[in-house]
Amino acid sequence: MPTVIMPKMGDAMEEGTLLKWLKNTGDTVAQGEPIAEIETDKVTLEIEAEADGTLTEQIASEGESVPVGKPIALILGEGETAESPRATQEVEAQPTEESAARATEQAGQEPAAAAPTRGDADGAVVDALRQAEPAAQPAPQPAAQPAPQPVAATNGQTVVRTSGANGQASAPASRAPGERLRASPLVKRLAAEHGIDLQNVTGSGPGGRIVKDDITPFLTGAAPMSTAPAAPVDAPASAPAAAAQPAVAVPATAAGRPAGVPREMSRIRRTTGRRMSESKQVVPHFYVTSEIDMAAAVAFREQVNAQVEDEATKVSFNDLIVKAAALGLREFPSLNASFEGDQIVDHPNVDVNIAVAIEGGLIAPFVPDADQKSLGTIARMAKDLIGRARNGGLTPEEFQGGTFTVSNLGMFDVEEFIAIINPPQAAILAVGSIKELPVVTDGKVTIGRRMNITLSADHRVTDGVEVARFLQRVKGYLQNPMLLALS
Amino acid sequence: MADGSGGNGRVPVMSYREALKAAMADEMERDEAVVLLGEDIGVYGGTHLITDGLLDRFGPKRVIDTPIAEGGFTGAAIGMAMMGMRPIVEMMTWNFSFLAADQIIQNAAKLRYFSGGQVTVPLVIRGPNGGGVQLSAQHTHSLEGFYGHFPGLKVVSPATPHDVKGMMLTAIRDPNPVIFLEAGALYGTKGEVPEGDYTVPFGEARIAREGTDVTLIAYGRQVNLLLRLADKLAADEDVSAEVIDLRSIRPFDERTIVASVRKTHRAVVVQEQWRWFSVASEVAALIQEQAFDDLDAPVERVSGAEVPAPYARNLELAAFPSEQQIADAVRRVLYRGV
Repeated sequence: MPTVIMPKMGDAMEEGTLLKWLKNTGDTVAQGEPIAEIETDKVTLEIEAEADGTLTEQIASEGESVPVGKPIALILGEGETAESPRATQEVEAQPTEESAARATEQAGQEPAAAAPTRGDADGAVVDALRQAEPAAQPAPQPAAQPAPQPVAATNGQTVVRTSGANGQASAPASRAPGERLRASPLVKRLAAEHGIDLQNVTGSGPGGRIVKDDITPFLTGAAPMSTAPAAPVDAPASAPAAAAQPAVAVPATAAGRPAGVPREMSRIRRTTGRRMSESKQVVPHFYVTSEIDMAAAVAFREQVNAQVEDEATKVSFNDLIVKAAALGLREFPSLNASFEGDQIVDHPNVDVNIAVAIEGGLIAPFVPDADQKSLGTIARMAKDLIGRARNGGLTPEEFQGGTFTVSNLGMFDVEEFIAIINPPQAAILAVGSIKELPVVTDGKVTIGRRMNITLSADHRVTDGVEVARFLQRVKGYLQNPMLLALS
Repeated sequence: MADGSGGNGRVPVMSYREALKAAMADEMERDEAVVLLGEDIGVYGGTHLITDGLLDRFGPKRVIDTPIAEGGFTGAAIGMAMMGMRPIVEMMTWNFSFLAADQIIQNAAKLRYFSGGQVTVPLVIRGPNGGGVQLSAQHTHSLEGFYGHFPGLKVVSPATPHDVKGMMLTAIRDPNPVIFLEAGALYGTKGEVPEGDYTVPFGEARIAREGTDVTLIAYGRQVNLLLRLADKLAADEDVSAEVIDLRSIRPFDERTIVASVRKTHRAVVVQEQWRWFSVASEVAALIQEQAFDDLDAPVERVSGAEVPAPYARNLELAAFPSEQQIADAVRRVLYRGV
């Protein structure tokens, strides 16, 4: 274990003070050799190195009080390297030509075939490489600053840099040229099966070992190389080859059972899958459900639509919900936000996306400034957007963006459901069916119309109470639908 | 067998000690060839009360009090077994079996082989194994690694009342010498034990708890420790640990271990005995041979401290695997900071 921690020298001890360093950064230390003096409320004693190695980093400084169990130094054995959990952006963003070529080769494609920008020609390899980027980004490294001062992160996690032999701090690198790549046997097997280039993966295990958690994002995002023909439908030249491939790639099955047939993933399926995986893995979702009395909304809609001649202007329940949510967001602007990088961004505009099921996936065009549009305008815009979404006629600016999403499965007779947040948005509203239910009012059982809505929210951005209040507001609008016409 | 169940379909609960005695007594009723030999097992009822009352029930020809001479009575039992009887020898503790090691290793384990199968030795040697009750260095050995080393011996180590009965019946009926290592510290523990005749086969491990994140492997009393720890890990750290009770040291159930590690990708093996040349070492070697490509971390072994077992309670506790040590090992194989 290369990290030296503040030892617990008695049951009551919670922290100790580092009095004095006995070894300097870069010094060679032997097992059992004192490296620092610490003071507890009872005694002063020396901390010894647990193994031979080099004192690579003094994490605590002299006079600093360190909680029990927190790191105070890093000692690396011969050949061991420690690196930050993530490699530098530079290293990640510019895979060597060699590794890119190797990855392409594994995909069974000529390098030239990766060039087309449309379709799936770039396939899983490029997907995998592209996905390496987000993994590398969240921890910007002080690569440009050769600060000799050791860095201890504020959250108690140690940010570690390797030092050059001459003692000069060097930029963190995942591996020195020619250094053996360390990966667990499991990771090596999975990498081979899924065509993951481990050169671009940074290991979080001891000595930089790549362990399963480090490659999990690549497993969920990209289809296994061996089973992905990665040939676009609109590339007739390579189609026959693609058709011939799957037979080779079918995984072994139990004796006597028919083998599974790999299904090509459409681009939209792939994108949906990747974005949803990322969201569910990264965003701390929480969920709040509210039951809404829709009797007034049902009556209101009937009344309005009875007087509207123009089919395009007839109002759907979804239009009412979009408008109610938009008005609610105007009153709870902190939910009309996105989480980008490491900060919350509030949006002055309320652009409500409507999730639309299309062939092979999902797309969510948005109604811009929905809080300021009349119900009639929302109805006309929504119909137009949904229609063109299904025909593939949307322009990118119509679905790239938006500040809040409504996903409605009400027409499919569902009680309620939970939606996955569409990043970087902070919340998504999942709408169930309007049901006729027996309800008790003033001690009598009557027939009520009820609908469940569930908000999935990003806990980094908001909290339960705020979401509950927002839902109360939305409920207020839907139960008093005249307000939707007023505002 | 009407007593106990009362005909309401419930499985009776009994202690490890009672289940062990029931297995021997039932088989003595069923098979006249079964006899017991050992120090103080008759008039005194056994140092650990395992044979209490059996002298009155079966008489001195079948419950034989012996002199304090392990080599002598073990040799006598081997002779009885060669002639068709099915003796069960009690070692007051397994530590005393060193005095009979020549008989066990040189004769019991080899006679079938030497005679080309003409002679078998259907012998059971049983007694409490391991420590944990302040009996000091000479009386605190775990001998599964020692006896497991010799071809010709079967070695088992049941941890539950259910298994101790089922495995004792299997042991008595086995035509080969069986080293029956009881978890001495668990004699008083209780569990469901079906009435009547049932056997637990050798060479089949038991999945004591299912899990997905890490495989914890042990036998004997460490199994209970692992089950307690697994509950804690699930509650406090969201770790789903699978616990495997080996039960049988030789023959050995490779399949269950490998299947589990293929699922969890990580393993921690726990034993009270010393690490070097031990059961945990075998398990670790097996896993790397048969599940190498499934491992996400090196296999960890948590063993007894490399010292003669201390007498002082605090030191004795420190010398055996603790929850803390095992939890730390689990965190290491999961790459969670320790």
